[in-house]
Amino acid sequence: MAVVETRNLTKVFKEGDVGAVNNVNLQTREGEFLVFLGPSGSGKTTLLRMIAGLERPTGGEILIGGHVVNHLTPRERRIAMVFQSYALYPHLSVYNNIAFPLKAQRVKKELHRQKVEWAAELLGIKHLLDRKPRELSGGERQRVALARAIVRQPTVFLLDEPLSNLDAKLRASARDELESFHKRIGTTTIYVTHDQVEAMAMGDRVMVLHQGHVRQIGTPREVYDKPADTFVATFLGSPPMNLLENGEFVVGFRPEHLLPIELVPNPAITFRLRVRNTEYLGAEWILYGVIAGGKFDGRSLVSRLGSASSFIPDEAYEFGIREQDLHYFDRQTEKRAEAKAMAWQ
Amino acid sequence: MESGAAHTVRYQIARWVVVVVFAVLLAFPFYWMLITTFKQTADLYTLENNPFVFNLPPTLNHLRLLFGQTRYLVWVGNTALVGVIVVGITLLLALPAAYALTRLTGKWGQSLGIGIFLTYLVPPTLLFIPLSRVVALLGLQDTIWSVVLVYPSFTIPFSIWLLMGFFKSIPRELEDAAMVDGLSRLGAFVKLVVPISISGILTVVIFTFTLVTQEFVYALTFISTESSQMLSVGVPTFLVRGDVYYWGSLMAACLIASIPVAILYNLFLDRFIAGFTVGAIK
Amino acid sequence: MKANPPPATHALAEAAGRTPPPSAASPHVPWRRTPEGRAMLLGVSMFSPAVIYILALIGVPFVLAFVYAFSDVKVGSISYHWVGLENFRSILQSPSFRKALANSFIFTIVSQILVIVGSTILAFPLKDKFRGRGFVRFLILLPWVAPISLGAIGWKWILDSLYSVINWVLVAMHLFKPYSAPMWLGEPTLAMASVILVQTWRLLPFSTVIILAGLTAIPKEIPEAAEVDGAGFWRKLFQIDLPMMLPIINVAVLFGIIFTFTDMTVVYVLTAGGPYDSTQVLPSLAFFTGVLGGDLSQGAAISLFLVPILVAVTYFMLRMAHKSEVV
Repeated sequence: MAVVETRNLTKVFKEGDVGAVNNVNLQTREGEFLVFLGPSGSGKTTLLRMIAGLERPTGGEILIGGHVVNHLTPRERRIAMVFQSYALYPHLSVYNNIAFPLKAQRVKKELHRQKVEWAAELLGIKHLLDRKPRELSGGERQRVALARAIVRQPTVFLLDEPLSNLDAKLRASARDELESFHKRIGTTTIYVTHDQVEAMAMGDRVMVLHQGHVRQIGTPREVYDKPADTFVATFLGSPPMNLLENGEFVVGFRPEHLLPIELVPNPAITFRLRVRNTEYLGAEWILYGVIAGGKFDGRSLVSRLGSASSFIPDEAYEFGIREQDLHYFDRQTEKRAEAKAMAWQ
Repeated sequence: MESGAAHTVRYQIARWVVVVVFAVLLAFPFYWMLITTFKQTADLYTLENNPFVFNLPPTLNHLRLLFGQTRYLVWVGNTALVGVIVVGITLLLALPAAYALTRLTGKWGQSLGIGIFLTYLVPPTLLFIPLSRVVALLGLQDTIWSVVLVYPSFTIPFSIWLLMGFFKSIPRELEDAAMVDGLSRLGAFVKLVVPISISGILTVVIFTFTLVTQEFVYALTFISTESSQMLSVGVPTFLVRGDVYYWGSLMAACLIASIPVAILYNLFLDRFIAGFTVGAIK
Repeated sequence: MKANPPPATHALAEAAGRTPPPSAASPHVPWRRTPEGRAMLLGVSMFSPAVIYILALIGVPFVLAFVYAFSDVKVGSISYHWVGLENFRSILQSPSFRKALANSFIFTIVSQILVIVGSTILAFPLKDKFRGRGFVRFLILLPWVAPISLGAIGWKWILDSLYSVINWVLVAMHLFKPYSAPMWLGEPTLAMASVILVQTWRLLPFSTVIILAGLTAIPKEIPEAAEVDGAGFWRKLFQIDLPMMLPIINVAVLFGIIFTFTDMTVVYVLTAGGPYDSTQVLPSLAFFTGVLGGDLSQGAAISLFLVPILVAVTYFMLRMAHKSEVV
């Protein structure tokens, strides 16, 4: 039985407007870390808030633990949520922040201390229990928010972009902490983000959303290696996948697969690329080139290479792609299609 | 707040009840002023009549009396004139002061700003006795110039505080860019900051004018001649002959003086709150 | 690489038509000629007029109030005689002063309690947008916007001993016999209640606006987190919303105390201190003594009793402002 399930879940904010969330069907798997990934406006936060009970669905059903919960308030759903800003109660100490859900759910007073200390121990913040939120760093606040979430031992965690308020350096270590936290607890978790690196790194499965529609659900490997449409293909991966229209198809190949001819033994396609710009990133090169000659003359392509290569601007070089690295999409529907032979010159 | 609780019917009813009860209680006196203005005197002073309805047809007599046989319009004119002049003086002094305190003086500028605001808290009922002497010495006793002189003493601190809030929300970079482009600091203030803050300045104008129309203590203390009096003192004082209150005209006077100011005030309230909260948070 | 833009100091100097001065470290340039110095001088000249005006019209009279209180100056006095604490001695012995002092406290404390409770209750429904909110807001603000004296006169008519509409309703509901309904402004206790009522009525809008600002400043996610954590309506209200609003409620209370304790208009218009001094407060007593009675020194002495309250309120406001800086 899935912990969280939605059936045809839809949310329209203003009548006549396009839906923020459209007919989403999903089922979580036991103990998984499921990521809702999408750009802003994709509906991922609205979807999460509907599961939490903070937004009313326009249509469809939400089930938690097998029971339909549409009519239940957040407090009746017994879920835990970590907000983007952490939403720590500024006038309460860390101890009282963590204890608050226990008080609200009328857990016996004698058990409070024990549970709070257990949660604090788990997140390594026992030494902070007497402090106020304003005295804590960003990373510490995240841990307090997590402790407050876990103290009730909920069946599902909802996390709304908890890393986006941290600065870049902190984000990496906070991400690592979240991952080990999940491994330790094993509670089903739904995590919302717009950052595809976070999604790939943390997710057991990734659900890609665009304009309120689910474009694909799959493991990181599946969404990266076999994107279901051009949106997923270009959203995951940085720099984004190269796309060329050819007849009824759009053909895509990732920058790391567009390599100098010497490195590609049996290329399915070759291009002559004039180098427009190169970026040396230390561990690799990003090369921006323009196709010289042939059917696609003038189109821009991006390539990603190891640091051993060197290229001279304005010079043209031969590049190639293997057959197995090509993705085919139907030009009309933008959806993944079968490989097909076609003319490239 | 979209969660379950907010949408229960019970909560919505409670909300409506609270709002309606308070709105009625707070606005009732003005509604009463409205009714009284148009009721015939005989109707008003007959105890058996239901006061909520017009038992006799409505009349314009009270208004005629007010405009024709009292100095009401003179008071309105006095108040308007004083208002305009005081607004002018206030802007002249408060605009540069607020700018200087926000931009040019660093840490202690902030403290000075707070200090200036605190003077707003010094009440007229403490200063009016010494000031009455000062006003008499200057020969301004019984003229509108007495209040023209004294009113800026509270409109300026209030306006400085309000303007500081507005100026703080203008990014420094704008003036820096103007100065790099060749404007002097003063030039940047006059040609850039002031035009950008027009809506804030307008808010200050409205609120200053409101403060002038509401003031009572100084006008009561400094002015005794009917023809030089201000609206808020003239109405309760001179529309009474001996012990007799001409309620119809009195209520008309109050209503006419209150409503236009209220409309203007409401239009600018959101901007006032924006300036006030920016100042408080930053 | 782009060229660095010219430093602001050079730009300023060029604009002024002079060659750029040597750097600030040079000992030959007096501070008042450096950009920092010039900015500071400009700043001082920009706020000086306002500061001088305020010092002249508030600072000087403030000092004069003390000076008069220790003298026997009256309207028409030519010379000044120091009398030490004589004025204070005599007013402290005067029963009307003692009554006024007590009344001031009662007037302030009771009205403030009513105002704070009322405006907090009113702020919550006003937080959310609803149809007609603008009009409702207009109605609610009327008591605050209308000139105090005019609102008070309006109430005087409503509370009139013969023609009060309230009394008409009470009689119509058979709670009172005709002609025996309460004399709102004629009986001491009722008069005090009426004065408190009108002051509360006047201050409620102002307080509501301030508290509403505080309420809307609470980040949306915090009450949501409380809901998710399992808090119901009352727990959310008393353990989350109100504690977070406490600083701004404090501000509203402090302003209210000042505006009420130092106000004479409501009392003057409604009851002129009567009946028999039962609604007299310090400011109105100071007025009657000093302005109408011509005894400037006694009047000043009475009004000086406002100062301790002002000082206390100022102290608390500054302390709060300082605390919020730390956050």
